[in-house]
Amino acid sequence: MLKDITIGQYFPGNSIIHRLDPRFKLVITLLFIIMLFSGGNAVCLGIGAVYTAAVLLLSGIPLKMYWKSVKPLLPFLIITACLNLMFVRSGEVLWEWKALKITDAGLNISLFMIIRIVLLIMGSSVLTYTTSPITLTDAIERLLSPLKKLKFPVHELAMMMSIALRFIPTLIEETDKIMSAQKARGAEIDSGSFGQRAKNLAAILVPLFVSAFRRADELATAMECRCYHGGKGRTRLRQMKAAPRDYIALFITIIFLAAVIAAGRMF
Amino acid sequence: MAILETQELTYTYSVGTPFEKTAVDHVSLSIEEGEMIGVIGHTGSGKSTLIQHFNGLLTPSSGKVILDGRDIWADKKKIRDVRFKVGLVFQYPEYQIFEETVYRDIAFGPKNMGLSDTEIKRRVLETANDIGLPEELLERSPFELSGGQKRRVAIAGVMAMEPRVLILDEPAAGLDPAGRELIFSHIRAYHRRTGNTTLIVSHSMEDVASFADRILVMNQGKVFCFDETEKVFARAEEITKIGLDVPQITKVFLELKRRGFDFGKEVYTVDSAKELILRRLSERKGL
Repeated sequence: MLKDITIGQYFPGNSIIHRLDPRFKLVITLLFIIMLFSGGNAVCLGIGAVYTAAVLLLSGIPLKMYWKSVKPLLPFLIITACLNLMFVRSGEVLWEWKALKITDAGLNISLFMIIRIVLLIMGSSVLTYTTSPITLTDAIERLLSPLKKLKFPVHELAMMMSIALRFIPTLIEETDKIMSAQKARGAEIDSGSFGQRAKNLAAILVPLFVSAFRRADELATAMECRCYHGGKGRTRLRQMKAAPRDYIALFITIIFLAAVIAAGRMF
Repeated sequence: MAILETQELTYTYSVGTPFEKTAVDHVSLSIEEGEMIGVIGHTGSGKSTLIQHFNGLLTPSSGKVILDGRDIWADKKKIRDVRFKVGLVFQYPEYQIFEETVYRDIAFGPKNMGLSDTEIKRRVLETANDIGLPEELLERSPFELSGGQKRRVAIAGVMAMEPRVLILDEPAAGLDPAGRELIFSHIRAYHRRTGNTTLIVSHSMEDVASFADRILVMNQGKVFCFDETEKVFARAEEITKIGLDVPQITKVFLELKRRGFDFGKEVYTVDSAKELILRRLSERKGL
């Protein structure tokens, strides 16, 4: 059950997208989001869709995985689309039944919204699927480093993020184990009445918290043993170096963004 | 009659993702009532996945698990009854402790079974005695105990359910030699008292060689061999080849055999080794 969570999941690989500099990937993702929301007509959305499809195919990750990232949000999307459909009153009426009116403007808005959100989720999944969480936080630290001059604790923030991300799978695994152990003792977790399940929650949460604190304590000791003392003067094993392909990828994205903006003005 | 049986049991993790892996591969075996069985295999051999099928924590991808002549998945609603019949103690079970007192933690399983308070009390006191926990510890918080004591509390928590099949996954992992011996002797005592079926999972032969009736060796998700202890050790050399260690005393005797001292028998406990050597020596004197 818990294993189905795909948020922050990373699929190791060696595609061109995997090899891009994570800093560029972050910026490109940001530009991509702007691209999706800057044009309001079908041509703009079409360009965005072509861009998304190209990146998805280049990433070399089974398309099924992208579908998995969209699936949990589908019910919400459909409900909001239906609401849009019914409550947008402007534009020409296409179909009418008693108080219910569907207009072409409403149809447009709901269709555009669905396509946009689906593209957005799929496109940004590329970032987390192809970049390991650790390099991602590294990239965030590097991109935010100018803020250090303003005494903003960039390194500490990034370190906390990497630790949190690093321990998500560990804690999921731990929860799974504790749940199995308590189920083996007859605790009702997946089944049974609501009251029973709530009572049995303690049997999972108490050991989980105990072990989380123990882990935190051990990690702190381990970091101190290795002389960790914050970000000052710390050097890195893996230096991030931008390659020509990174600039090319950024350039292509900017062209697409420009095309979308232009299309938005023209049509 | 066999109490526990598997037929072509197969389990695949993460189907349809790049992480897909078959952990248990067409395993068919049968365990008799009252047996003491050692399950051996190194990390990733599928032994932990296999035992989680025995009490229905994992659903087989294909194949069957049969308990007492009934397919455990025949009626999904009755899976909890299976868990009361097949008790499973996980690795490092002390991390599942959560109650305020030792007594209440041991009573958690029996309480879930819906037993009466007097029956629960009898079981808690009896298993605490079996596992060597003094009665004055029962009202203490389990979090104040030592590591070895916590481990015993957790094991008692499953034993108190009086399962017909008791499975322990590496019950002595991370304990010092004296602690290991203590845990194993308590498990043996419980096995003798109740006459239940016991499976002890371990990556080390040394632990189970001296008291298991039969040994199941797992390798890469498959049954490498499942036979009486003596017959398994007759294949000691093959076993070392798949990366498992045989008891030190067996290694000594393999080396002796290589150098021309064949005792004609597989040796896996120090006691039997002593006996064999003494006998051989007295035979020589007789000559």
